[in-house]
Amino acid sequence: MASHLGDPRVVEFDVRTDEMLINMGPQHPSTHGVLRLALRTDGEIVSEATPHIGYLHRCAEKIGENLSHRQYIPYTDRMDYLAAMNMNLGWALVVEKLLKHEVPERGRHLRVLMAELNRIASHLVAMGTYGLDLGSFTPFLYAFRERERILDLFEEVCGARLTYSYITPGGATGDLTEGWLEKCEAFLDQLAPVIEEYHTLLTSNAVFIRRTAGIGVLSAEMAIDYGTSGPVLRGSGVDYDLRRDGDPWYTGLYRDYKYEVIVQKDGHYPKDRDYPPVPAEAVLGDSWHRFYVRMLEVVQSVELVRQAMERYRAAKGDCGAPLKLTQRLPKGEAYLETEAPRGQMGFFLVADGNAIPWRVRVRSSSFCNLSITHEVCRGCLIADVPAVIGSLDIVMGEIDR
Amino acid sequence: MDHQKLFDQLRERFGDDVRALVVETIDPWIEVSAERLEDVCRLLKNDAAWQFNLLNCITAVDYFEPDAKKAAKVDWKPHVQMLYHLSSTTLKHTVVIKVRLPRWKDDVAGQLPEVASVSGIWRTADWHEREVYDLMGVMFVGHPDLRRILCPEDWEGYPLRKDYVMPLEYHGIRNR
Amino acid sequence: MAELINLQILNRLLGWAGVDLPPSHLAGAVLAALVHGVILLGIVAVAAMFFIWAERKVAGRIQDRLGPTRVGGRFGWLQALADGIKLLSKEDVRPREADALLFRCAPYVSFAASFTAYLALPFSDGWVAQHINSAVFFILAVLGLEVFGVILAGYASGSKWSLFGAMRESAQVVSYEVPLGLCVVVPVFICGTMNLVTIGNMQTGWLTNWLVFHDPFTFAVFWVYFTCAIASVNRAPFDLAEAESELVAGFHTEYSGMRWCYFFMAEYGSMLLVSGLATILFFGGWHGPVPVFDMLGWSSMGGVLQYVAELAGAANFLIKAVVGVTVMIWVRWTLPRLRIDQVMTTCLKYCTPLAAVCFLGALGWQTGMFGLAAGPLWSPNQLMAVKQRGEYRESWVLKAEAAAAAEGSAAQAGRPAASGDRDEPDVSGETEPARSSATGAVGSPLSRKGGVG
Repeated sequence: MASHLGDPRVVEFDVRTDEMLINMGPQHPSTHGVLRLALRTDGEIVSEATPHIGYLHRCAEKIGENLSHRQYIPYTDRMDYLAAMNMNLGWALVVEKLLKHEVPERGRHLRVLMAELNRIASHLVAMGTYGLDLGSFTPFLYAFRERERILDLFEEVCGARLTYSYITPGGATGDLTEGWLEKCEAFLDQLAPVIEEYHTLLTSNAVFIRRTAGIGVLSAEMAIDYGTSGPVLRGSGVDYDLRRDGDPWYTGLYRDYKYEVIVQKDGHYPKDRDYPPVPAEAVLGDSWHRFYVRMLEVVQSVELVRQAMERYRAAKGDCGAPLKLTQRLPKGEAYLETEAPRGQMGFFLVADGNAIPWRVRVRSSSFCNLSITHEVCRGCLIADVPAVIGSLDIVMGEIDR
Repeated sequence: MDHQKLFDQLRERFGDDVRALVVETIDPWIEVSAERLEDVCRLLKNDAAWQFNLLNCITAVDYFEPDAKKAAKVDWKPHVQMLYHLSSTTLKHTVVIKVRLPRWKDDVAGQLPEVASVSGIWRTADWHEREVYDLMGVMFVGHPDLRRILCPEDWEGYPLRKDYVMPLEYHGIRNR
Repeated sequence: MAELINLQILNRLLGWAGVDLPPSHLAGAVLAALVHGVILLGIVAVAAMFFIWAERKVAGRIQDRLGPTRVGGRFGWLQALADGIKLLSKEDVRPREADALLFRCAPYVSFAASFTAYLALPFSDGWVAQHINSAVFFILAVLGLEVFGVILAGYASGSKWSLFGAMRESAQVVSYEVPLGLCVVVPVFICGTMNLVTIGNMQTGWLTNWLVFHDPFTFAVFWVYFTCAIASVNRAPFDLAEAESELVAGFHTEYSGMRWCYFFMAEYGSMLLVSGLATILFFGGWHGPVPVFDMLGWSSMGGVLQYVAELAGAANFLIKAVVGVTVMIWVRWTLPRLRIDQVMTTCLKYCTPLAAVCFLGALGWQTGMFGLAAGPLWSPNQLMAVKQRGEYRESWVLKAEAAAAAEGSAAQAGRPAASGDRDEPDVSGETEPARSSATGAVGSPLSRKGGVG
């Protein structure tokens, strides 16, 4: 009997593997919030991963068109809630750029201090949650233990532990309190040896290396093409850091600071002589490198905070007062990107002469970083999807705005 | 960076489609026509002298004043402005490209204005254009997958337009 | 446990009540089974609760925090009970898409497998619910059944994540049975028996007599065994079936309340079981590092003193098993999870060949293959031969022999042989003839079938 594929009996007894469509998220433990990934899998192998975003869309841009620049600060807090200081700074700088308003020297160092301290906190969370994504729970709590101390410092200075609204256009809501610098110093002294511990638990852990090295490889060209930024871009070996290469309004903050951009050059990271060497399995641009860049940036930020404290002590005067709520913005537009922990965080502001902007646009770093998902998750295993997403270190609040 | 030189080069190549250069502003910008945008962008990215390999952001600004009294005072005609913030990771310079679009295509309300997609040049434009389409209602011709990105698929209207009115309810959820 | 309960406690109680129900009688067997079942259930449940508490406490300390501190006064020792009450009071949710019957019974299958394996696990010298000649084999076989519960749960949940968990679990557990079995064979052939009580008793004496110190290969094979045991009970870093960061919660994604709890009881029960097995196979079972009771002579004295010695042995056994479980907990909170392909690679490319090499090595050591001597190589380990190698017999053989002897003597006495009116399960015998006669089991149909030499 001749059989053909249309014959239902043939199909019934034919051993076929069907593709399976799986929803990863929005309520999934490792999608870092409310990201939804539609995975098309063949067994454990992911043939297609399509991210769906927007579950946390809070119309931040529309709200910006209805509030004064000063009132908008709390909304910037809620974008990247893990690095609210950096968000505040980004907004403050773009308003100041439009107004051509310079903050005093002391205020400048205060800002560096806060931004870098928040970068440490943010990278600690990134590290901890990455461990969590790979099934290692303990580093997460270690990371939060250190982060708590940073939050204590922030709380002392502005009263909030997550949404600081501290750095405002014109300066900051207040100066540092008495004895704050000593506490910060104590924290940094305590943090430095702990970083070794993290490297033992994760960076140089054999299982961790096997889970991350060579996974989610993002070439330098593709990284730039997709507009990725921050540790994701530098993890691919692109030497680009806005603190050095950005807009003068932003790089001005860091002038006369000494630091090296954390990127692999000539096969070496700036500080890898002190820390675990790059394993042989790792490929430039993979999840391990992204993670490693973040870890080294913590060290870099510690040094920057130390420098900032020193300069803050030396600087005279005040640190700048917040602009008035009704301070009119001159007609015009300004775009400014800052190097937030997750990458280049851009704010675009169009003003028509009122205190309320005509248009606010937020360029989110995680938004672009996430857009590579479908590219790097193609053909990997299901277990690699959290490993890749975690290494991008996304914050949905910032992506959906 | 020498914006004038860039402008001259573009002018030479594309003629009047490269409309204006404004340097005496915070971020210098070049306005180009919607028709030649894709070609201009391709040149900006591929020309060894400029190497704008990074598209930072695509923004659309709706210039429209719903209030008739205020509308009389403004010095522009209603339009949608597209801004492309470009920079180069190698040469470390930036430029802003502006495109002026009508609010509605052929001034028929509901007909989305069209502009060429640059997602074939910078892949990051894929999501940015989807976002602009979603929130501002600009049709990107040649985009591979133009869907709403932040709002639900069946959302009506373009929220960032100045004349947008929030619907009273969405699938039985009261909005106002 | 068997002799103690069946003969001393149960019979005495029944004797007081004026009823004569030897375990060979059907009602007596049922009663004895019930008593053993309840006691073992108590042990498994208490162990599970203890380990849930211990897991939280150990994890807390590893993670630089305190863990539970309040419930039950100090140390939060009642935390697991509070958890249990909470789980009991939770709604038992079943997804509409789930297969109702399979979904409901899957947790019981899992738990029953884990629990049943305890039947053959001796806690001290002779303290075992069921003396089984092939106890090692029985435990491994029954433990392997636990995977059925997981597969059922994953299949019946009607959720893709559950299905993934179940597929991973089945692939993983089935693969790891191979090296696990190979590892277990090493102590078995060194001792020459599969009877766990005998294996335990052969390691009596100083701690050098433990099988793990028998030769380099048993030492190595223990680590392979431990790795495979962690994998076969689904603990991190091999907990792929419930990998929470990938599969939400794997096979128990859709479970809630008490049914969910059963999976955890099964998991913790299995952990203790494989640790207990490791204790007996490699760490001397109920024999402490220093043979205090042997020196005092209590362990063979009979009466209360022997009972005390056996009780101390049980404590010894439990301490070693708990240490094993604690190491598993420690590993879980330290290492990231492996990927499914890496788990399979670890099994097939490392564990299995290593176990095979150890097997061959131990075999060579035992037969003197590496030395010129014809006998076993020297080792500090002096396994106490419970009896001559040639004397190892399965119980059914011994029974048949005893029955044949009895028949012979009965024939001599000129009266018909007492015929067994009931078939005894084949596996329920005892190794040592002395004990076998002590149980008073008489008569076997085997003799009628022609007997077996």
